[in-house]
Amino acid sequence: MERLDLVVIGGGPAGMAAALGAWHQGVRNILILDREAQLGGILEQCIHNGFGLHHFKEELTGPEYAARYAKEVADCGICCLLDTMVLDLAEALDGSGDKVVTAVSSKEGYLRIHAKTVVLAMGCRERPRGALNTPGTRPAGIYTAGAAQKFVNIKGYMPGKEVVILGSGDIGLIMARRMTLEGAKVKAVCELMPYSGGLTRNIVQCLEDFGIPLKLSHTVVRIHGRERVEGVTIAAVDGSRKPIPGSEEFIPCDTLLLSVGLIPENELSRAAGVKMDPVTGGAVVDQNRQTSLPGVFACGNVLHVHDLVDYVSEEAELAGQSAAAYLRGEAPCGGTVEVKARDGVRYVVPQRLCKDAGPVSLYFRVGDIYKDVKIVVKCGEKVLLSRPKKKVVPGEMERLPLTAGILSQIDGDVTVCLEQKGAE
Amino acid sequence: MEKRNLTCIVCPMGCSLEVELENGMVRSVTGNSCPRGAEYAKNECTHPTRVLTTTVKVVDGKRPLASVKSAGAIPKELLFEAMKTINCLSVPAPVELGQVLLTDLCGSGIPLVATGSVEKTED
Ligand SMILES: Cc1cc2nc3c(=O)[nH]c(=O)nc-3n(C[C@H](O)[C@H](O)[C@H](O)COP(=O)(O)OP(=O)(O)OC[C@H]3O[C@@H](n4cnc5c(N)ncnc54)[C@H](O)[C@@H]3O)c2cc1C
Ligand code: SF4
Repeated sequence: MERLDLVVIGGGPAGMAAALGAWHQGVRNILILDREAQLGGILEQCIHNGFGLHHFKEELTGPEYAARYAKEVADCGICCLLDTMVLDLAEALDGSGDKVVTAVSSKEGYLRIHAKTVVLAMGCRERPRGALNTPGTRPAGIYTAGAAQKFVNIKGYMPGKEVVILGSGDIGLIMARRMTLEGAKVKAVCELMPYSGGLTRNIVQCLEDFGIPLKLSHTVVRIHGRERVEGVTIAAVDGSRKPIPGSEEFIPCDTLLLSVGLIPENELSRAAGVKMDPVTGGAVVDQNRQTSLPGVFACGNVLHVHDLVDYVSEEAELAGQSAAAYLRGEAPCGGTVEVKARDGVRYVVPQRLCKDAGPVSLYFRVGDIYKDVKIVVKCGEKVLLSRPKKKVVPGEMERLPLTAGILSQIDGDVTVCLEQKGAE
Repeated sequence: MEKRNLTCIVCPMGCSLEVELENGMVRSVTGNSCPRGAEYAKNECTHPTRVLTTTVKVVDGKRPLASVKSAGAIPKELLFEAMKTINCLSVPAPVELGQVLLTDLCGSGIPLVATGSVEKTED
């Protein structure tokens, strides 16, 4: 039976960067598994630009960003098994601490692979309509924005001519522009919340550029049509997100795109017994991106939804390097403390920190729009770091580096919270 | 003096810019975190430009489309005309990443380049 040093599940930007991170630390016996026919993950269909500004210091499209990593993976000679779907991850029963990855491949058939370490890099998938409970019939013409993106950009097929988009996440915004450029009429983007979940730059260059109305605090209350969508009724919502009677408006359209959020794809992790964070939908990890199962690491969108691929690559490289350190037998020493989100901060990754870790970055998201606040990192009552911020929004992930000096002051659980500026 | 509020779209930071204009000329830009923001504001108020990303039909390829981009920003008002031109185009496989598919996109002087590769079908 084959026994590998590292199996990476998922060959998107996270999986590729993780494999390279381990490779550059001397790990050679690596295998990347992906169910698609090529490496690149979701980037293959993200033909727009805006990738890599942090990492490569130039603006690339999704396929270009993916190609740079895919080339490096090929140049290093890292093995990949594509068209291969991973079905199960478990700990070996022989007490070796090995993991057993079960997969099916069109070429190799049924596979059971033993690995000393595993990096989870399965990305995320879109929330389907079922999760929404929009009343009305079930006509054709309803797609998730990502599915529509695949149709238009990979297959060359336009899902419709007159479009309403529900949800203003980045994929929805990008698709509003894409469909408009391809000749469709995008009549409105409706967002349940009073703010958009997408990047501000996408609101400007995808909606404002084309005069597409963004209806905040609005939702679709009814879908019309029997065989095919004939229109939707939208309505304004109140503070508790309930439709306001009398505010309904009918919009004729043949297509409804849903961009209502992403869910980390963690069926494998859950089945393997990895401890999960209910807020991120991803694993609970330490600063090395190690999960509750020793030797199993997680990174990228499967860990928490990222808006910037650059941060995905950064996190994944760290996960790969950590797998290499684990293989060398370097376990993080010193007790761990918990990192908790409080007062306006929705979650923080990593959720655990080793006290004697080197410099680490905390990644977090806020739950609402806040202006003129301070991001405060505390240990008990002790303030470790306080950073003023003009504006924080839920759609943009924040990153906060902690120096070794700051970390050395930690003697208990750490909290990250927002405070009003000026308040003590 | 006229004031305009813009969001810089050069990078994902999305800085809020305030531009002061006098007779259509940019007097000052504030709110930018880097020099590219000031340049963006000047362009945006005088001649806005955008990078266009789309796809081109591929003949005899393993995939039906190749992803493409304008190699630089083109005038915003050219976007739809450029789309028309690009949608009339079809290129034979193989297509290589970085391959120039049009040398001058609608008189902008900017080439159209492939951002992905498409292999030729085997049969
Ligand atoms: C529409 C859209 C627009 C975006 N725009 C930008 C942007 O402008 N700028 C920017 O910086 N970032 C952008 N992002 C974010 C960025 O692209 C993602 O954060 C990044 O691609 C996530 O990488 P990943 O490797 O974690 O996941 P993915 O790219 O999703 O890769 C996961 C891989 O795992 C594979 N996989 C999953 N489960 C299995 C299994 N069981 N067996 C085998 N293989 C499996 C999948 O096939 C896939 O290839 C955008 C994302 C989307 C969706
Ligand atoms: S001003 Fe600079 S940092 Fe701010 S969004 Fe523009 S390019 Fe990015």
